[in-house]
Amino acid sequence: MGQEKALPIKIQGVTKTYGSIYALNDVDLDIHSGEFLTLLGPSGSGKTTLLMVLAGFNRPDCGSVRFGEREIIRMPPHKRDVGMVFQNYALFPHMDVAANIGFPLKLRGLAKEQIRPRVDEALATVQLEGYGARGVDQLSGGQKQRVALARAIVFNPRILLMDEPLSALDKKLRERMQIELRHLHEKLGMTTVYVTHDQREALTMSDRIAVINDGCLMQLDKPRAIYDQPANAFVANFIGESTLLPVDQNGGAPSFGGVALKLAQGSADGELLLLRPERLIFLDDDDRAEFNRFTGVVREVVYQGESFLVYITLAGGYEVAVRSVSQRHSIAAAPDVGDQVVLGLHRDETVLIEGSTDGGMD
Amino acid sequence: MKPQPVLSVGANAKALRKDAQRERLLLFGLSFPALLIVLLVIVVPVGWLFWLSLFNDAGVLSTYNYSRMLESKSYLRIFKTTFNVSFLTTLICVLIGYPLAYFLSQISRRWAALGLIAVLLPFWTSLLVRTYAWLVVLQRKGLVNQWGIELGWWETPLRLVHNLNGTLIGMVHIMLPFLVLPLYGSMRSIDFDYIKAAANLGANPTKAFWYVFFPLSLPGLLAGITVVFVLCLGFFVTPAVLGGGKVIMVSMKIETLIDLFFNFGTASALGVVLLVLTLGVLFIAHKLVSLDKVLGSGDGV
Repeated sequence: MGQEKALPIKIQGVTKTYGSIYALNDVDLDIHSGEFLTLLGPSGSGKTTLLMVLAGFNRPDCGSVRFGEREIIRMPPHKRDVGMVFQNYALFPHMDVAANIGFPLKLRGLAKEQIRPRVDEALATVQLEGYGARGVDQLSGGQKQRVALARAIVFNPRILLMDEPLSALDKKLRERMQIELRHLHEKLGMTTVYVTHDQREALTMSDRIAVINDGCLMQLDKPRAIYDQPANAFVANFIGESTLLPVDQNGGAPSFGGVALKLAQGSADGELLLLRPERLIFLDDDDRAEFNRFTGVVREVVYQGESFLVYITLAGGYEVAVRSVSQRHSIAAAPDVGDQVVLGLHRDETVLIEGSTDGGMD
Repeated sequence: MKPQPVLSVGANAKALRKDAQRERLLLFGLSFPALLIVLLVIVVPVGWLFWLSLFNDAGVLSTYNYSRMLESKSYLRIFKTTFNVSFLTTLICVLIGYPLAYFLSQISRRWAALGLIAVLLPFWTSLLVRTYAWLVVLQRKGLVNQWGIELGWWETPLRLVHNLNGTLIGMVHIMLPFLVLPLYGSMRSIDFDYIKAAANLGANPTKAFWYVFFPLSLPGLLAGITVVFVLCLGFFVTPAVLGGGKVIMVSMKIETLIDLFFNFGTASALGVVLLVLTLGVLFIAHKLVSLDKVLGSGDGV
């Protein structure tokens, strides 16, 4: 094993077709050494295909993948030395927990007395001390997940791949494991590529997110940038809730409904205005110059526990949703159906996106 | 904590209990005809067989039939032959059948179904017809010898039939499906992710096979081996026709004893010993993997 704990991954021009369908369409992606990168996309987007290309289980039609300096596109999976956590864990049912975790060490020719302490260490890392002698079918879902993780990291791989590892867990456990995986990554420092279709999971865990759809990379950026400044209508719709309104360009002075828009810095291009429910507020006076203003009529109010979702029909027939936090003292402020309201969107959160209203909608 | 309700007096308790009882009865009723047949066709005759084996030629109660078996070298030889033939047949079936089942389990289900039909095809013709067909193919001037000599592979006709060779060829042919079917089922149920995981952890294809695939296919393999071996122990037609009288198995001896000598006592004793040995084989198989897996689907996971 080399000195460094992690390796960068350089993906260039990777294409995979099934008949006339592009599972991966000329994908370029640079993954930094030691970063936690999430491949995020709907099912069938190609994110898992890309992960399988990295693991060596899917042979692309063309392209290049390098781990560090080394081209690995033709290297068989067993020589790649990457850890992987499978979606269904793939723990060997005929081996106990210790044998599962020790398996990669055994394959690397380590003696029994060398394997033992490293298995124990890996078990401690995933907080399962003393579980070595358990059978795989005696474990709960969360424990299986941890054992699979221990098996994937026990041989100190410099790259760790994870294929929706938390999708089989219930919501509470999933949220706890997200934080744990994040801490584990910080501790071990290996380059991690994580596949999920859960946008919240991606936002929670990642250093950067690569949004993938139809085999193409739609956007690659930090979670905040992905959420605040989506590159296109697909990303805006897929991540978070959003409404996209068509904007009149007017040759560089964009307006909506005849009123000029005050824009965030560096967001003059684009034909669509991004409205997220939690970024809109109700305005009741006229003197707030930093806000863009939209007038409309309340169509429906939905109580959702921590918040209200208020559906409003804007002039011109467009529907938008506004989220307002449901604190007791503000309930009185929640409007009634049929009320005339004025919505405000702060100029720093007024972002235009390229595309058309019907493009990229699911 | 809420106090536990008294179950017997809750609403509808009696009627619900009755419903459950009726369902159990119905289930038993469905299995009753089969149980009855098993009782009449297997348990009763086997008991009668055992009873018959306890009388000597003069019709007196004795253990003569059994002691004779231990003393006479010829009976010992027959049992040895039976186990030998069964062992060799099973071994050859494994050597041919494992790769076949493996191949079928790795291709798409549609092609695999075709392959399985090909394996099962012989079942649709009569056992006797198939056995005599082998006789035609394998005899001195049969197809195999004709072609072999014409192609210059060998000069004098090979002795392929009327001996152990013929017996084994015929029996392997008939037994192969019994090995391949449970093995195929067991292999199909092995999640390919296990093999992927093994590869990812550093196992080359050979190691992935021996460390992961093979152990997971073992329940199916043992199921197949057990079925083939047990069926071989009692096999009659094929060794009788293709063995040419040189390969005497227990079932053939029983037939001779009854047909020629009308010796029901010894024949019954042979039957009882064979049954006990067969049960012994099943017991050992049960020790290796639980019996429900051997007799069941051979589900590997």
